[in-house]
Amino acid sequence: MKCRKCGRTAVINMRQHKLALCQEHFLEWIPERVQRTIHKYRMFTPQDKILVAVSGGKDSLGLWDVLLQLGYQADGLYIKLGIAEGAYSDESLGYVERFVSEREGVHFQVVDVKATYGLSVPEVARTKRRGRKVCSVCGLIKRHIMNRVAYEGGYACIATGHNLDDEVAVLMQNVLRWQVGYLARQAPVLPATHPRLARKVKPLVHLYERETAAYALVRGIDYIYDECPYAVGATTIFYKDLLNQLEEHSPGAKLSFYLSFLQARKEGLSFGDEGRPDLHDCVQCGQPTTAPGLCAFCRLWEGLDQG
Amino acid sequence: MVKLIYRKKVWEVKPGMTVRDAILKTGLKPYAVLAVRDGKLVNEQTILRDGDEIKLVAVVSGG
Repeated sequence: MKCRKCGRTAVINMRQHKLALCQEHFLEWIPERVQRTIHKYRMFTPQDKILVAVSGGKDSLGLWDVLLQLGYQADGLYIKLGIAEGAYSDESLGYVERFVSEREGVHFQVVDVKATYGLSVPEVARTKRRGRKVCSVCGLIKRHIMNRVAYEGGYACIATGHNLDDEVAVLMQNVLRWQVGYLARQAPVLPATHPRLARKVKPLVHLYERETAAYALVRGIDYIYDECPYAVGATTIFYKDLLNQLEEHSPGAKLSFYLSFLQARKEGLSFGDEGRPDLHDCVQCGQPTTAPGLCAFCRLWEGLDQG
Repeated sequence: MVKLIYRKKVWEVKPGMTVRDAILKTGLKPYAVLAVRDGKLVNEQTILRDGDEIKLVAVVSGG
């Protein structure tokens, strides 16, 4: 299989684009495609300061690498969750630190949940939310910290490494259950609806997961290979597999599913997203909350012995 | 023979087949892994040579 641009041996064949590329041209193609996505959805400009949420995985490190290559002011944020008694978090942080050490002038900060708030994410989930999955507690904590750091640091937006497979897996789940509220909020850009709620952008949203993994490999980005122990057996992985089977039979099906969804909404398909709930300032942290009083994050820590 | 390595599992297949066919022999799904030979990514139509060692890298992550 030959590279369509130069005729050398291809390292990847992207059937949805009928495009096979060699290593050199694939490494050019990825940043170009990400740049087009940033431009298409008006995510940010070179003047903006961007906070990249990095986990040590292929997508977030690949995203950070591309944004730096493209010349954006992209700083990293690693949230140390304390997974697997800290071992998984230490390992993933190690990959982020290695990434930083290999590049000059790159800024990143670490927020250690246990050191900052007294308990790690699994500890909070165990003590406070019996029956509630660690992942939902984790999501709540991460969103709060990302918004806080973005606000305090004056960042224009938070960029996350969600790829197209992540998005279509969620889309499929939401469609199958007709979760219109979630469908209304699924987009490449989530605007800031409150001064302390950061704008969220997903610059990898047009890339298949296979491409983000390939990019990390050919670019020599070392990333944490093992899954978060709490994500093993996650429903998302099941849906991704179903969608990949569909893609095998019909190349481009995933991309078409996602783009058609966005197009339908643009053309007027409504999911009841006209009315947004009134937001109040949390009396403790100041972040927005739908109910007056404490926000969900501050309620989470109420009554906990935080050391 | 050709050695295929995925996490802690190892398979041996005959040389001369494509990467895709070799992946199918292991029971893994070709869309779920990337193949690396001598540290370089190879496409799935690559013909395997005797003595090759292919590392299979999982593509999908979740959560």
